[in-house]
Amino acid sequence: MFNFRTSLGQAEFENPIFTASGCAGSGKELAQFFDLTELGAVVTKSIMLKVRSGRATPRMAETPSGMLNSIGLQGPGIDLFLEKDIPWLREQGARIVVSIAGESVEDYAILARKLRAVQGISALEVNISCPNVENRGQVFACQPATARAAIEAVRRNIGGELPIIAKLTPDVTSIVEIAEEVVAAGADALALINTVLGMVIDINTMRPKLAGKTGGLSGPAIRPIAVRAIYQVHEALPNVKILGMGGVASGRDALELILAGASAVSVGTATFGNPTAVIKIKEELQSELIAHGFDSLREAVGYAHRKEVNP
Amino acid sequence: MIGINKNASQVIAEIVSNKKVGAYHHMVFAVGELAKFAKPGNFVAIAVGGESSSMVLRRAFAIYRAFDRGANGGLLEIVVAPHGAGSTWLTNQSVGFKVDLIAPLGTAFGIPTEPIRALLVGGGYGSAPLFGLSEVLKNRGCRVDMVLGASTAMKIYAPLDGKRSVSSLTITTEDGTTGTTGKVTDVLPGIIETNQIDIIYSCGPMGMLEAINQIAMDLGVVHQCAVEESMACGIGVCMTCVLPIRGEDGEIRMLRSCIDGPVVDGSSVIWNSKRQIPEGTWGAN
Repeated sequence: MFNFRTSLGQAEFENPIFTASGCAGSGKELAQFFDLTELGAVVTKSIMLKVRSGRATPRMAETPSGMLNSIGLQGPGIDLFLEKDIPWLREQGARIVVSIAGESVEDYAILARKLRAVQGISALEVNISCPNVENRGQVFACQPATARAAIEAVRRNIGGELPIIAKLTPDVTSIVEIAEEVVAAGADALALINTVLGMVIDINTMRPKLAGKTGGLSGPAIRPIAVRAIYQVHEALPNVKILGMGGVASGRDALELILAGASAVSVGTATFGNPTAVIKIKEELQSELIAHGFDSLREAVGYAHRKEVNP
Repeated sequence: MIGINKNASQVIAEIVSNKKVGAYHHMVFAVGELAKFAKPGNFVAIAVGGESSSMVLRRAFAIYRAFDRGANGGLLEIVVAPHGAGSTWLTNQSVGFKVDLIAPLGTAFGIPTEPIRALLVGGGYGSAPLFGLSEVLKNRGCRVDMVLGASTAMKIYAPLDGKRSVSSLTITTEDGTTGTTGKVTDVLPGIIETNQIDIIYSCGPMGMLEAINQIAMDLGVVHQCAVEESMACGIGVCMTCVLPIRGEDGEIRMLRSCIDGPVVDGSSVIWNSKRQIPEGTWGAN
């Protein structure tokens, strides 16, 4: 019997295929197409302290094998989210990973306090790397000191056993350095990678296509960047579990991230093209793992790092 | 806030007809029983480019007509303008080819309970959903007048059987190749007054909808329009296709045109807000 179970920090999951934050809302729309209990977990759209309109439109540009988005964390704020979305997800019986984003270290601290007593959450994704903010200085994961401060604020306030998954950006000179910093600050696991900062210029208007000028690049175009980041971090921190994401559109893509070192895989942009992509990917991944001779998912995690054996 | 269309489902649909009509393609898909749920104003989202395509997002098209013929015979029709790589790929597919299709999506045009006087206004292939709507309105005893406009005659989509469902059809083209030379908005005030129009239904480019809305506001006519905004998912999860809409509580919110639209009350939209969030919008910072 194939064992598909996995874990991130202290949290256990039935299978390793999750939605990606910002790519499934709070699950309501996808529930029209499949049962959310089929997922390893629903990772909710990064929620902030207060209601947020997000950025102006146009917010989207399709690019070769990917897309740019510039949503800017539109959302109802933590209080409405806890009142409406979390009870609904609990009713569905879904495993829940809540993603949070803040504008300041203090925001992260307050968000953590609001979440620590909430029932039915399996883990907390701390998004410190959203590229769609006014000021690059607000991308906490770009600097070791700010990355550490945000994660420490969550660690100090979350209490209990809720695992913290720090979400990082590959838009840094050394993602390993940032990873080491957030783990030292109390992160139990890492989410790799957020979107990559990009831009499209409309050659008709001869201006940036997005109202926010820059956006986050996602989709298969960034998969090699995700594989590289996961591989480097798993090599440096083999005991820290990784939730991998970045352009996964098939079971073979998910396997690639797992071989690099991911213990679970989030599916984002593929859901935009196909609402049932997560289910397809989960089924394909299991077949791929079995076809490659693995008896469990765990055996495959980081398998690309094994020592060369001379014949 | 309203949720995703409760009848939306994903099917593999065979192309049963694909014909060039002027600048457009009229395409028919075998969709089985979901055809019975499609209402005028709803749209479909179709995956394009095939399995290994570099185009990762679906393309959205307003439903032109739907025929409920049970699980085996249900049909959905759309009108495609092949102006980008995805829509061109779709129009190049032959009869018998199967596509991955999600429908019906979004809101529908509101149908009055009284036999009132309706004016339907379409820009380019935006006329497509209006013919199905005119059938429904006519069956409710409404008088239906129609105005279609485009840059040139080739871009007017007005099939013969569609024309039969309206009491009058006025066509405008900017280059004068057919009908009245000018824009739809040049002829609207006259038609509204002559025919004592109670409600305008419109579909077309955002600039046109905004201009129609101004006329509707000035003349005190209700205006329902089908909006378009660049869209990644079509099912309400990506938050890219938002536009500012004033709710009944007076609050302006960035609502998803795929879930709360495409059909919205024209007077509730904060027009001309591209590239900026209107002041006072809920959560603006």
